[in-house]
Formats: sequence, C-alpha cells, structure tokens
Amino acid sequence: MKFVDEFRTPELIGKAGEEIRRLADPNRHYRIMEVCGGHTHAIYRFGLKDLLPSNVELIHGPGCPVCVLPMGRIDDGLALAAQPDFIFAAFGDMMRVPGTHGSPLEYKARGMDVRIVYSPADALKLARSNPEKHVMFFAIGFETTAPSTALTLMRARAEGLGNFSVFCNHVTIIPAIRAILDSPDMRLDGFVGPGHVSTVIGCRPYDWIAKDERKPVVVSGFEPLDILQSIVMLLRQLRKGEAKVENQYKRVVPWEGNRAALRAMGEVFELRAYFEWRGLGFISQSALKIRPSYAQWDSEQRFAVPGVRVTDPKAAQCGEVLKGVLKPAQCKLFGRECTPEQPVGALMVSSEGSCAAYFNYEHRKPVSIATVAPN
Amino acid sequence: MATTAPKIRFREPQIEMAHGAGGKASRRLVEGLFAPLLFGSSQGPLGDAAHIQINGTRIAMTTDSFVVKPLRFPGGSIGELAINGTVNDLAVSGARAEAIVVTFVLEAGLPTGILEAEVRAMGQAAENAGVMIAGGDTKVVEHGKADSMFITTTGVGRLLSGVTISPKSVQPGDKVLLSGPIGDHGITILLARGDLDLEADLRSDTRSVFPLVQALVHHAGAGVRWMRDPTRGGVATSLNELARDSACGIVLFEEKLPVRDSVRGACELLGLDPLHIANEGQFLAIVSSEHAEPALEAVRATPGGEEAVMIGEVREQPASAVLVTTLYGGSRLVDMLVGDPLPRIC
Repeated sequence: MKFVDEFRTPELIGKAGEEIRRLADPNRHYRIMEVCGGHTHAIYRFGLKDLLPSNVELIHGPGCPVCVLPMGRIDDGLALAAQPDFIFAAFGDMMRVPGTHGSPLEYKARGMDVRIVYSPADALKLARSNPEKHVMFFAIGFETTAPSTALTLMRARAEGLGNFSVFCNHVTIIPAIRAILDSPDMRLDGFVGPGHVSTVIGCRPYDWIAKDERKPVVVSGFEPLDILQSIVMLLRQLRKGEAKVENQYKRVVPWEGNRAALRAMGEVFELRAYFEWRGLGFISQSALKIRPSYAQWDSEQRFAVPGVRVTDPKAAQCGEVLKGVLKPAQCKLFGRECTPEQPVGALMVSSEGSCAAYFNYEHRKPVSIATVAPN
Repeated sequence: MATTAPKIRFREPQIEMAHGAGGKASRRLVEGLFAPLLFGSSQGPLGDAAHIQINGTRIAMTTDSFVVKPLRFPGGSIGELAINGTVNDLAVSGARAEAIVVTFVLEAGLPTGILEAEVRAMGQAAENAGVMIAGGDTKVVEHGKADSMFITTTGVGRLLSGVTISPKSVQPGDKVLLSGPIGDHGITILLARGDLDLEADLRSDTRSVFPLVQALVHHAGAGVRWMRDPTRGGVATSLNELARDSACGIVLFEEKLPVRDSVRGACELLGLDPLHIANEGQFLAIVSSEHAEPALEAVRATPGGEEAVMIGEVREQPASAVLVTTLYGGSRLVDMLVGDPLPRIC
C-alpha cells in the first residue's frame, strides 16, 4: 500500500535500528518522551521497543486527548444530552470512555440517541437532517481536530442553523509539555514531537523547549521508520550536545504550520483561563473555549451545564505514569482493578493511552519472544 | 440426589451491547451465566457446534441469530448470511450441514418485497451449500420493536469421518492455516452503513466454507486438530480463545497475513486492526506440522481456496496468548476484541 509500506520496509528499519545502537552511548541512559498518543500506539503496535537497546527508554507523554479529559466533562456532556429530543454526537474514540454512570455507548444501549461521527461536519449534517432535534457535538482533541470544529461552527453560523451546538473540550499541547517539564521529578533527554498537531501549529512553538530547556525536539511521523528515524535524529543531537527543533515529518508538516487552520481557530476559539487535565490537574491557558460571538452554538453558553467535578481515584497513579515517573505496570491498579474493559484511570481509557497500549500489546509478552521469526 | 448449586460468575448488573459483540464480554456472559445454569459441569470448551449422540449416531448441532444492518450489502445479504453462517459453524466443527430450520422475527410494516428477496437469497444459499431447509417459524412484532427483521437458523449436520476437533489436542509445532483474506465482511458492512464518507471496491466474503473444510479433512484429516470460522471479533478473538483453551501460545507472522489493500487502507484510516474485523467466508485450522504442506495444497487446489496461507504456528510461549511478529523483528500481543470495533479519529 502506497505511503505506508515504504515506511515499514524491513531493510530500512533494520538500518535505523543499527544506527540507534551505534549512536547510543552505552554508558548513558536516554529518556525520550513521545508526546503523542498516536506515537505511543504505534510504538506498541509495531513492537518498536524490541528494536531499541535497553538504555534508550521511551516515556509516554500526555498527547492522548481522550485520556486527559476529566470524567466530570463526560458527565456534563451526558447530562445535557439527557434533555428530550437531544442527539449526542462524538468520535468513536469517546464512545467507551466511562462517566460516573457509564460510557456514551452504555447510555446509547439504555436509549439515549448517541451517534458516532467521523468529523464534526457529519454532526452538522445530522442537525440538518433532524431539524426537530438538537444535535450536540462533543468535541475533543488537540490542535489536530480543533480546526475542523472551528470550520464547522463557522458553517453553522453562516447557515443560521439553530439546532446545533458544540460542547468544546479542545486542549492545546504546549502547556501540557510545559507542565511535564516543570514537574520536579522529571528528567528527560528529548522529545519525539507531535506529528498531527504540528501539521496545524508548525514547528516554531517548540523553540522554547530547545532554547530554554536545552532539550532536542524532533517532530515525527507515525510509521515505524518515522519514529526510529526521529530517535536517530535525537541521538545525533544529544551526541553533539545540541538542542534544536527538527522536522522528520516534512512530507506532512510545514515548518510554519497551516495558516488557514490557525485563522479558523482564532476566529472561533479563545483560551480558557484554566482547564482540568486528568492525571495532571489544572493547567492555566491549556484549553480552548468558544468565543461569545458564537455563543448560540456553544453548548456551555446555551444550556445550564451542571459543572460536575470528579476527582481521580486516589489509588490510580495516572499522573506519575503520564509524567514517566512510573511505568504502566508499576501502578498499583494496573491489570487488576484497571483494565481496558473496566478502566479506572485515564490512561487505560483510550487505545492510545499508554496503559491501554501496554496492556493490549505488551505486558504478557515474554522477554525471549522478541526475536522470533518465521522458521 | 444432592447436586451442588451451579456457580454463576456473571455479576454485571445489565446487558450491554458488548455482551453480544463476540469478544471478552460475550465470553463472560456465556461462561459465567449460560454454561453453569444450562450445560452443567460436563461441558468442555465451547465450540462452534455441539456434538450429541442420538441412538448411537453422533450428530453436530448449532444455532445462530442474524441482526445485521443494512439487510443488503455488496456481496451478500442477511438471508445469505443466515444460511452460510450456520453451514460454516457446522463445517468447522467437522460436520456437513444436512438440514436447517429457520425462525423469522419480522417488524410490522416490513415491505413484502424486502422479505421475499431475503427468502429467495436463503433458498439460493441453501441450494449452493447442498443443505435442506426443513421447516421454520414466523413471529411478527410491533413496528419499532425489531430492526426490519431478525433471522435465526438452527442446523444439524453429519460428522465427517477421520477428523477430531479439540483445542486440547493442539500442541507446539502445529501450524495455523487461514483460508483467505481477512476483514472483507466487517469493512464492507461498516462502509455500507453509509456513516463514513469512504468508498472501496469491496464485497462481503459470505459463502459456505464446507468445500474447503472437506478438502482439508479428506487430505489431512488426521493432522487437523482444531477449526473455527473467525466471524465477530475476527481472527484475533478466535485464536485467543484457542490459546486460552489449549494453554499454548499462537505466534502469527504479520507479513503472511492476507489482507486486501482496500481493507488495510480502511483499517489504517480508522485505527482498526484487520485481525479484529469480522469474516463470513473464511476459516482457521490448526494442523500438525507433518500434515501442514498437504493440508495447504488441498485447500488451495479447491475452488475458492486459492488464497489460503499458513499465517503462523503454535509455540509454548507466550502461554495462553497470541503474538504477532513483524519482519523487522518487532512483536506485539493481540488480545480479544473488547466490544465492537470503533474508529479512532483524534
């Protein structure tokens, strides 16, 4: 398959693995954080850890929008959708995420009108074809999905569509990275930078990580070769004592980002003073809300939102795992009280969460099996 | 006579969609509630069909309900599925389907033309599979109480000689045979629902796999240890059940997995794993290593079996789990499906 198989070629992957082993100083331990949940998923799905020497450690970052969404927001969204003649529309990613009294999928089974959509524009279509109902799009995601929500809101206003609103949970990646770097128990050598987010925001917003924090950042694609090449680029910088922002994902990410997308976001959204992140707590200016000029299409401005707050279960050590202080399996609940089917903590919720990825793909894997090949 | 009370392990307060999706939740329901109350303790691992003895003759028996939406899709329809699904459940338990009875649950207001088309499709599928439709029952429920129509088929079959199917007989060194490309049916249905602005030249693989099973058993019957048609939950779920029941490890070689480009493409876009996608016209077999070559040749020489392939082998490790290895030396575990496969967007 084009644009996929080229990045999974065994010879090239073998070479990248060799290069990583050559570059990694055996007397040094490297801690590299991949920011994106998409990267975490790919690392486990393709078994990339098997290809890395033991002193190159990957720490899984906060870039999974489903994982970092606090449970209270889900409760709020579902409470609004319990109004008569309401349709709750969201991405498939959200459907199994538990609220206090069940996930959207469980509410659907009990009779709520819950629809899976593939883009916010599909939710708008639902509103047009169900004029007697109110369609609420439960928006999640970083800067990757925020522009399409913005464009959808602009369209809704242009059409004067009265039965559509967005419950906005969009968050921004930079404050989350800053929160991680500010945490006292954190020691990182560099970042595999977000790929999809960077298609929108470009590479400049990471400059401060290189300049002020002296940590290299390599914006990376999601195929096995992309990720390994990004690790090669990070190790090269570390070897030379450099700290720069580099772009491995040039085939998709323009250095300056996507100006049209940023304009649309600026038109529709403004920064919230603060927003709660599951596992990380409140982070200032880390999320987007809908501007007053779009109030009519903002579920939070239009309806009375209960404002539920649910504290994370004390026993779950999501924060420590998110910051890379603990490995998923070191959490007291991992694999026992907390599984992908019955998640307690944030990181077990989405398949891109590091605990779910580790549970699904790795934790029962015997060490010796890593090298098996067809006979 | 004193009997011990059956141990009910199913403790969930209500039935959710996931309990019908063929993955872990379904298994918890069947093993935790149905089996202890209905089957007693004599029952071993649950297969695709029950083998029962009547007046000294052993027969295979199975039943399946079909609730697919939309009713018709590229490559098939609910009527065809209802026949082929039951024929296939019997086939992979080592039996030739002889007779099927049918129950229709119809929604008031269903246009007769739609029903007639499905009845014709069933007749044609039964003729193709060489099975008799021996009887049936019809119920009509109020409008809104059923999604157009539900069909249940129950089939009996005669056991093929020379083959014994049991997960307990599976052992390290055995090979994993797959009859053809995976994921066609599940992705076809996903696209046919029309929620997705995606189009692909793809058809459901619904068909009877009996001719392929027959060829396999005829040429390598002594080496066939286990078979399964990987419907809901896909190849990953079927092989995880086998891994659990046999306590062996199943190792798959990713580069050997037959997946059409259109299915791969859709799965890449939607964040799905082809190993979790439903099939309606394929089967998996575990064959001893000395019978592996003749088994594969026999299936490939049968019309419809040309794309059969050995996708992996049974090992001691990882015990009770399924591992996929890649050509470049990476590996990952593949678990059963949890609930329905849902697309990932963000």
